[in-house]
Amino acid sequence: MDSLFESLIEIIRRTSAEIPDDVQRAILAALENEKQDTIAKSAMEIIERNIALAKEKSQPLCQDTGSVLFYVDCPVGYDQMEFADAARGAVTEATKRGFLRQNSVDSLTGKNDGTNIGPGAPTFHFHQTRETNVTVRLVLKGGGCENVGAQYSLPNTKLNANRDLNGCRKVILDAVQQAQGKGCGPGILGVCIGGDRATGYELSKTQFLRNLDDENDNAELAELENDIHTTANKLGIGPMGFGGNTTLLGVKILAANRVPASYFVSVSYMCWAFRRHGATLDEAGEITEWLY
Amino acid sequence: MKREKSRSGFIEMTELTTPISEEQIRTLKVGDSVAISGVVYTGRDAVHKYLHEGGELPEGVNLEGGIIYHCGPVVVKDETGDWQVTAAGPTTSIREEPYQAGIMKKFGVRGVIGKGGMGPKTLAGCAENGSVYLHAIGGAAQVLAEHITQVRNVYFLEEFGSPEAIWELEVDQFPAVVTMDSHGKSLHAEVAEASQAVLEENL
Repeated sequence: MDSLFESLIEIIRRTSAEIPDDVQRAILAALENEKQDTIAKSAMEIIERNIALAKEKSQPLCQDTGSVLFYVDCPVGYDQMEFADAARGAVTEATKRGFLRQNSVDSLTGKNDGTNIGPGAPTFHFHQTRETNVTVRLVLKGGGCENVGAQYSLPNTKLNANRDLNGCRKVILDAVQQAQGKGCGPGILGVCIGGDRATGYELSKTQFLRNLDDENDNAELAELENDIHTTANKLGIGPMGFGGNTTLLGVKILAANRVPASYFVSVSYMCWAFRRHGATLDEAGEITEWLY
Repeated sequence: MKREKSRSGFIEMTELTTPISEEQIRTLKVGDSVAISGVVYTGRDAVHKYLHEGGELPEGVNLEGGIIYHCGPVVVKDETGDWQVTAAGPTTSIREEPYQAGIMKKFGVRGVIGKGGMGPKTLAGCAENGSVYLHAIGGAAQVLAEHITQVRNVYFLEEFGSPEAIWELEVDQFPAVVTMDSHGKSLHAEVAEASQAVLEENL
C-alpha cells in the first residue's frame, strides 16, 4: 500500500512536470517549422524553455493541472477500491507538494477545499486484463483545452456535413477553426466517431493515451488523421492563435459503434502542455517500467 | 525599448511599468512584444463576476493605471511562511468578456493579461478607455513564474479559493504580446477571419 501510494505520487509528479518524449519531439519540429522573427516563433521558444524549466525544477508545466484522469489496467481479483483510496491519498499529497494546483471546486457551493478530492474527482477508468501487472496511465487535462472540445450530431445542416467520413472531416475541422488558439495550441485532437454522448467524449480522450508517432490500424482513419493534421496546419491559426504554420501537433481518431438513429463526432482538444504518463507496477506497487 | 536576445535573433520589447499612462498605451500596436514590470493583480472568473455585480475592491488593491492578470497560480508557502508562486501561466480570457470592458472603465485598468483573446465588447472598451489586451503564452507557467519576483499580498483567499483569489504580484520583465490594441485592431479577429477563408477553400 505504501509503495503504491509513493508510486502514484511519482506518476502524478512526472505527469505534471515532464512532457512525454513523443510530444516533445513534435514540439521541437514545430519550433523549427515557424518563420524567424515572428511571434509564433518566439511563442514556441518560450514553450521549449518552459518544458526544460518545468522538468529541471520538478514543477507543473502549466498552472492548470487539470482534471485528474486515471486509466488503470489490472488483473482479475485486483482490489480497485484499495487502489482508488491510495490514488485519492496520492492526489491530496501531490497537491500539498505543489505538483497539482488546488483545482477542484464544489459546483454548487463554489467552495474549493484544496484537496482535489470530491464527487468525480479524480476520475477512474478501470479495465481488467489477463496480465499479472497493473498498468496506470494518468492524464491531467486542463480546463482551457477542455472548454474548446466539441460534439457534433450528424447530419449538420450548417456545415453541410453528412453521415460519412467527409462529414466527419468537416466537423472536426470546424472544431479546430472554432478553437483558434484558445485551447493553447498547437494542440492534439482526440476524436471518437460514433458512440453516445457520454461514451463519445470518453473514448475521444482515450486517444490521448496513444503515442503521437503511432499509426492507426484502420487505414481509412489513418488517412483521415493525416488529412486533418495537414489541412489544419494550412489554416494559419498557429501557436496560441498568433498565426503561423503549426496549428496541430497530431490527430488521433477511433470509431465506436452507434445506434442507427445517432451519429456523433466527439472532439477533445489537448493543449501543447500535454500531460500524460504511465507506468507498470509490480504486485507490491513499485514502478517497474515507464510507458512513454 | 529593450532588445531581448532569443534563439532566433533579437526581439524588440517595449517596457511597460505600472502604473501605466494612457499615452503610452496608445502607442502600442497589435504585434508589439512587451516586458511588464511593477505590480499586477490576478483576477479571473469569481473576481470579475463579483466586481461586475457591484462588489468593492478590497482595501489595498488599486487598479488605476494597473494590470489585471487572468491567472490562477499555483502558490505554496515556503518554510518561512512566505508565499511562493511555483506556476503562473494565463487562463482563457474569453470567459470574462461580459465583464471586462465595464471593469476596465470603472477601475481605470490599462492592461489585461490573458490568453486566447477577447471579443468585440472588450475591443471597444480598449479603444474607449485607452487599454490593451496582452497575450501571454498559455501553458508556459514556469517561464512566466520566473518573472514573478514577489507575492505582495492575497485577497479573497478564503471566499474564492486559491486559483480565484486576487494575488498581488510583483513582476519583472514579464513577457507578453499586444494582440488587441486601443485602436480597434484585434489579431484574434484577423486570424479567425483568415483561417475561415482557408478552411472554406479546403472543404
